[in-house]
Amino acid sequence: MATENLVEISGVSFAYGRRPILTGIDMVIPRGKVVAIMGISGSGKTTLLRLIGGVMKPGQGQVRVDGRLTHELDQDGIYGMRRRMGMLFQFGALFTDLSVFDNVAFQMREHTDLPERMIRDLVLMKLHAVGLRGAAQLMPSELSGGMARRVALARAMALDPMLMMYDEPFTGLDPISLGVISNLIRNLNDVLGATSIVVTHDVHEALEIVDYVYYLSDGKMVAHGTPDEMRASTDPLVHQFVHGESDGPVAFQYPSASFSSELRLGARHDV
Amino acid sequence: MERSTLDLWVGLFVCAGVGALLILALKVGNMSGLNVSDTYQVYANFDNIGGLKPRAPVKSAGVVVGRVAGISFDNEKFLAKVIMTLDKNYKFPRDTTASILTSGLLGEQYVGFVAGGDEKMLAQGDALKLTQSAVVLENLISQFLYSKAAEGDGKK
Amino acid sequence: MMSKQSILSVRSIGHSAIEAVLRLGYATRFIALTLLHSGTSFRRPRLIIRELYFTGALSLIIILVSGLFVGMVLGLQGYQTLQTYGSESALGVLVALSLVRELGPVVSALLFASRAGSAMTAEIGLMKATEQLSAMEMMAVDPIARVVAPRFWAGIISMPLLAAMFSAMGVFGGYLVGVVLIGVDEGSFWSQMQSAVDFREDILNGVIKSCVFGLAVTWIALFEGYDAPPTAEGVSGATTRTVVTSSLAILGLDFLLTSFMFRGV
Repeated sequence: MATENLVEISGVSFAYGRRPILTGIDMVIPRGKVVAIMGISGSGKTTLLRLIGGVMKPGQGQVRVDGRLTHELDQDGIYGMRRRMGMLFQFGALFTDLSVFDNVAFQMREHTDLPERMIRDLVLMKLHAVGLRGAAQLMPSELSGGMARRVALARAMALDPMLMMYDEPFTGLDPISLGVISNLIRNLNDVLGATSIVVTHDVHEALEIVDYVYYLSDGKMVAHGTPDEMRASTDPLVHQFVHGESDGPVAFQYPSASFSSELRLGARHDV
Repeated sequence: MERSTLDLWVGLFVCAGVGALLILALKVGNMSGLNVSDTYQVYANFDNIGGLKPRAPVKSAGVVVGRVAGISFDNEKFLAKVIMTLDKNYKFPRDTTASILTSGLLGEQYVGFVAGGDEKMLAQGDALKLTQSAVVLENLISQFLYSKAAEGDGKK
Repeated sequence: MMSKQSILSVRSIGHSAIEAVLRLGYATRFIALTLLHSGTSFRRPRLIIRELYFTGALSLIIILVSGLFVGMVLGLQGYQTLQTYGSESALGVLVALSLVRELGPVVSALLFASRAGSAMTAEIGLMKATEQLSAMEMMAVDPIARVVAPRFWAGIISMPLLAAMFSAMGVFGGYLVGVVLIGVDEGSFWSQMQSAVDFREDILNGVIKSCVFGLAVTWIALFEGYDAPPTAEGVSGATTRTVVTSSLAILGLDFLLTSFMFRGV
């Protein structure tokens, strides 16, 4: 393998029309590591994932995945790259018209000419890894949220990807499922020898399992470090986020006119 | 859904659709456009065809024996040329009279054949010499008026 | 104050006009992409067969039943009217021509739009809202080739078949009412029908019409689903728009096609 870092992002800016989403992002994701991208809602985390997946191209700067620049690839090149990526969507995004088995087999059937018997074995292996071999014939509507997330995880790693991306994997899960998923993320990464990016705002779970944290705020990279460094950080933004304080640099109040003028306290005698 | 049940339903669906098309073609329609082989064409010149249209029936003794295939204007004789496609099963003498008639008072116009006595029969490409034009209502009325006027003149 | 308001309203008219043109452009690009990526569906006909089941086979009952009733109503009404002119024997012609030329293609397309079209929009809209389409794209599978194109071709294939079934069923309904119930002469019912209905002029033109309607309805349904905002209101709004837009499109196209096909002759 040529480079030590699987993903290198340098000087990336991105905007929807005139609305800037990301400005001047620099980050590296070393091979074999689990890296978290954190930040409050709307800070541009998911956009960053999409840039890495080649869904969108950066306005400025470069995204380099496995040594190749994504914005230089054509459609076939992007698709070739994505076959080596797996992505877990926020709510699993299982295909609702296919059974659990067919969901996991989807990529194998689309991208390989493997005989059906081998696909069967591979799918059962993947499902076994997430502990749901017994649920193979269920439909996605029959699964609980945590189970759906695990099936989606099995589907994402169906082709043994080099890079796993998780978009808010912990959202809306009960504590047990949450523990299961976070352990799976760490263990599968180490067993498969993959590299993982976890986009999340779930601080405590993420800090337990990741090797490195990038903290985004308003489309800018404001802090990064190991989980311990983040916990001990004195940066007010990071401190508020990690400790979940309701007021701080990120204000509790949505920007508004002063409260007293809104209630017309000053104008009362006119009425 | 089992693969075979799905195939069964789709197969049934396609069969029913094609079957319906066949029923429409054979039972409802006449497929006349397709069997061109057992027909022959003749033509006739008319002074006036009135409101005759392509695909109007050609009848003899009330039986449909063919259809009008095309109508054009003969630039040399200044007459209307009507081409008719007749069924091979029906033979007509060469001195058959073709006239343009109307079914009922307001019905559509058709070509009526009245057979003559010739021993030779019409063949592909022959012309009917004896024709009778459509009755045009305006001409009829003006004729009537002229004759009335002439009567009036005679009385004076 | 007044002028400011009128400027604003003019601006909003212009804005929605631009929006409409934009959407039309996107819709055209969308269908071009669909046609371009149709190869997969033909290499794997099973994808189309599966959609034929959902768009075609599941619409069978509604098409057959409404065809029967429309034909029966035609038989009754036609008899009432024709009777006053003493030409009941032309009932077969009336029923068959109105079904084959107009009612078959148009009514079955309207039913198709509300039965299969709205289902297509809702399905694709939900797939988009639940990120299934994005997931597919991240798995290096083109959603247009895998999801949109098979549905498009299934719609175009099943529409003429459904219209033919509707017309055949309607003729049968007319026969039931006219001949069996009222007692119009059976021989003249069929023979007049057969001499008046031409295969090429009437039946084939009806089939062409229904193919065009099938294309219009599936295009609108798929586009509305694909373009729907990924929320519950977005999808339900798109479903409504599918039914409204495709019904209008069917009726408008019907006028255009009829004026081309049955001009004068």
